[in-house]
Amino acid sequence: MGYLGGGNERGLLKTIDWSLVICYLILVLIGWVNIYASIQSTEISSIFDWGARSGKQFIWILTSLVLAGVILFAISPRIYDGLSIPAYILTICLLLAVIFLGIEVKGSRSWFEFGPIRFQPAEISKIATSLLLARMMSRSDYRITRMKDFIKTAFVILLPMLIIVAQSETGSALVYVGFIFMLYREGLSGWLLAIIGLIIVAFILTLITSTYTAIFVMTALITIAISLSSKHRYILFIAIPVLFLLGFLPEIYSKISENIDNPESFILKIKPLYILIGAICIAIPFILMKAFRERNKFAPFAIITLIGAVVLIYSTDFIFNNVLQDHQRKRIEVLLGIKDDPMGVGYNVNQAMIAIGSGGFSGKGFLNGTQTTYGFVPEQSTDFIFCTIGEEWGFLGCLVVLGLYVFLIWRITSDAEKSREAFTRIYGYCVACCLSMHLFINIGMTLGLMPVIGIPLPLISYGGSSLWGFTILIFIFISLYRNEKKYF
Amino acid sequence: MENRRIKLIIGLLVVIGIYLCRLFYIQVLDDKYERGADKNSKVYNTIYPTRGIIYDRNGKILVGNKVSYNLMITPSEIKEEFDTTALAAVLDITPDFIKEKMDEYAKKRRSIGFRTITFLKQIPQENYIKFAEIAYRFPGFTGQIRSIRDYPYNAGGNLLGYVSEVDEKYIEKHPDEYKAGDYAGKTGIEAAREKDLRGEKGYNILLRNSKNQIEGHYADGMFDKEAIPGNNITTTIDAELQHYGQMLMNNKVGSLVAIEPSTGEILTMVSSPGIDVDILTDIGKHYGNIVSDPYKPMYNRAVQAPYPPGSVFKIVNGLIGLQEGVFTPQTRYECKNGYHFGKNRLGCHSHKSPVDFEESIMMSCNAYYCYVLRGILENPRYGSIDEATNRWREYVMSFGFGQELGSDFPAEARGFIPNADYYNKYYRKGGWKATTVISISIGQGEILCTPLHLANFSATLANRGYYYTPHIIKDSENIKIDDKYKERHYTMVDTTHFHKVIGGMYLAVNSPPGAGGTASMAAVAGLDICGKTGTAQNPHGNDHSVFICFAPKDNPKIAVAAYVENAGWGGSWAAPIASLLTEMYLNGEISPERKYMEKRMLESNLLHKITIKKK
Repeated sequence: MGYLGGGNERGLLKTIDWSLVICYLILVLIGWVNIYASIQSTEISSIFDWGARSGKQFIWILTSLVLAGVILFAISPRIYDGLSIPAYILTICLLLAVIFLGIEVKGSRSWFEFGPIRFQPAEISKIATSLLLARMMSRSDYRITRMKDFIKTAFVILLPMLIIVAQSETGSALVYVGFIFMLYREGLSGWLLAIIGLIIVAFILTLITSTYTAIFVMTALITIAISLSSKHRYILFIAIPVLFLLGFLPEIYSKISENIDNPESFILKIKPLYILIGAICIAIPFILMKAFRERNKFAPFAIITLIGAVVLIYSTDFIFNNVLQDHQRKRIEVLLGIKDDPMGVGYNVNQAMIAIGSGGFSGKGFLNGTQTTYGFVPEQSTDFIFCTIGEEWGFLGCLVVLGLYVFLIWRITSDAEKSREAFTRIYGYCVACCLSMHLFINIGMTLGLMPVIGIPLPLISYGGSSLWGFTILIFIFISLYRNEKKYF
Repeated sequence: MENRRIKLIIGLLVVIGIYLCRLFYIQVLDDKYERGADKNSKVYNTIYPTRGIIYDRNGKILVGNKVSYNLMITPSEIKEEFDTTALAAVLDITPDFIKEKMDEYAKKRRSIGFRTITFLKQIPQENYIKFAEIAYRFPGFTGQIRSIRDYPYNAGGNLLGYVSEVDEKYIEKHPDEYKAGDYAGKTGIEAAREKDLRGEKGYNILLRNSKNQIEGHYADGMFDKEAIPGNNITTTIDAELQHYGQMLMNNKVGSLVAIEPSTGEILTMVSSPGIDVDILTDIGKHYGNIVSDPYKPMYNRAVQAPYPPGSVFKIVNGLIGLQEGVFTPQTRYECKNGYHFGKNRLGCHSHKSPVDFEESIMMSCNAYYCYVLRGILENPRYGSIDEATNRWREYVMSFGFGQELGSDFPAEARGFIPNADYYNKYYRKGGWKATTVISISIGQGEILCTPLHLANFSATLANRGYYYTPHIIKDSENIKIDDKYKERHYTMVDTTHFHKVIGGMYLAVNSPPGAGGTASMAAVAGLDICGKTGTAQNPHGNDHSVFICFAPKDNPKIAVAAYVENAGWGGSWAAPIASLLTEMYLNGEISPERKYMEKRMLESNLLHKITIKKK
């Protein structure tokens, strides 16, 4: 308490970034109201009813606010630097312990249970990892481009990530991939980011769409990148129409084959995939020649990446379908949410999209959603809470919610940039990365753009662990930032 | 490094932008999801209307409705094992049946989804009550009450037709009108008046949750629709008479049709063998038997069977001859056991000779009509036999023969009346003369007509020269019949020529024993029945027994045609049957001295005489 009320400090309340706090409060309130709306019951009970999820969430919100107050007013921001190592070690221990001592929820062992309260250590490990990264990378002799430092950093990120994978919580583990954005901000080569990004996109595309789509998207991205890197950008005028045509090729192909009766017809033997690969093979020598003349080092590199991506796509497909044993394949399918339901592939996503899609432009109105209140959407107050928003508040509601998140992330990074201390800045980026990853994965999943990976929507989804985790994560940043403003 | 932050923020905005495009697409542009949501949560609970009742001409119910109980099942709600023996016991089915059904549902799990489907149809009421008492033990099973057809009289199975659940083909033929689970009339009146009888379905819109439990009415029932019951129909059929007619035709193949001459209303229309009303309600179960029955009970002979009319047709030729002036009622022709032309002879039974017109009808002389037909076809007024033949055909057609009469009964057969072209094709032009086609004089040869044609002809005679198109739906408050049924159709023969024919028909029935009347079996004291027998040769075996009659002679109330396949002499089967029907209709009972005949007709089995055509 000794840190409070110093004489030369600026006003307590003036130094807090209130826009972040207000944004936080609005999101939490939106979450609470929508959890209430997604309760499946004909008798409308009070939103404060302790027996229902909305009542419980109310308790979580109150305790979160207390936590936030404690972090802002009772804990000195200076302790985080020193706290980071023990906190990290503690969470690693907890993460390991939960594998043996935790209870099993939906096939994963990631929850501790104390009486009525459940708690997921993965939620705090994000905070501890962020703090340790901030401490490590803010040392004056740290250089991310140095191999030793880079490996150290990678180790700090990968250790909790791998333990969480071992808990069968793929979703939470994927969030750690987001730290790469922070590393990029701190000087990591952009190429590494691009390649990792491409690998992830290729992997997901291969599993949730077709080989053709995956290869096509890769080709399109790399072609555009090469064209932009070249001195002669007019190549784009050729590349874009060709890509456009190739993009619609499967569509055109299916139209043509519908109208051909002869199954032996020559046209039916030319699969769209052959045409695409043929086009790639024809284009590569030309591009290489041009690149050689221009002394463009990027093009050969990009082409190697593309070939690598195609090999990856094929091997993913091949390994998945031919090498893996049946039970292994099933496990991966369940992990990626491709086939985790008895009603058939994609049932959950389809129901989620029906709920969101039926909302229309302005929604069906509060408590009037049929899909969420009548239980057609799975996990509707936790992972699929966005469906309730989409159904009852429509496109406008979704726009507002997404806008709030963008504001939150933008504001955090903006504050982080303004900060004079590397620790605050790096921590701020860690927070922004965690929020972004949760946002991408959760909403992408409900829109059928991502595999079904169960992670909560920050601040909105039902659940104490998650709400507490994000509250601590965000308010430590607010506190750190405020601490700096106090003296300047 | 501020530069890198901007790149990251742009990346974030791109992803969020993609998400917003996606949202806009599925929420605003594509309405597929909205429909998906309705399909998920809205249940259209169909309210079935009660089907219209079919009455007979006297207000007796021919077809009513009764309640039927179906057991429905929602396979998705059956989570645990249940006591199959208990369920089987109350429903009178075997546990194996239940097991089979459950296995079937398990196989079709995907396609059934959350739907409710029929488990068992038409459970007897007492079983249903037993089930209702223990229904709580079988979650997922629900009762459904529907009204099905009920037939108080065993009368007119073929006529009424049956109602059954629509199949895929039927739904395809009537898009937007029927859905699986609906019932529709498939034959007879049920089919012909389907639009009147079926009524209009209503529905409740209910909201259900993901467990298929009903949560309540959608919008407080604002968009619900009441079912509108079907229109009742009054037929011209006399239920008692129809039933009696069926009894008379029992174990015989053929048809019995009675018409009220003054209106054209069909009083009775029997096609034998027919379909018993008892099996109409559940025709599906008996369908196999019906189809494989060699006597083809589904075939409505009264309107669909083309038969040679036989001697009955002599009257037509006689009337044409009188109208054309080729002979007079007083003209006498000789009959030397038939008619001789060249080396050929058209035989006749032995009777006195020569005969005049009235006697020729009374005794059914063949030779007389050979003279008449030659007179018609060789009439010098017409340039050629072609012209004369076509003129003859016009006359015949004016009696309703050779065409669909246009009754309100579906699938009438046209019958056949030959014209000159037909013979020119058959014999080549100029290769035939009156004697070549002489058999049409006595209603044989190419001439074909249905029992309905014959009954209509009988009514035409009763009316002395005109008929009303026969029909089976009576004008009533609910159903107005077409004006065409109220129009008189005159034949091309003047009404003055009819009294001579009627005199002959009267004598055929009522002449004293030994005088040579062919239909004395049909005589009923006080009824003044006028009739004409026919014995139609046919390529399928024994002669068909034919008889038309009407009564009383003056101001006739009923005109009848009876056609009994392969029964032999017209006077021995068709005449008694037609006269019994007439007697029953006019007197309400059979006189004691005719009881022996009634007994014989009711009990005789002539099925053995039928040659069954092998496929």
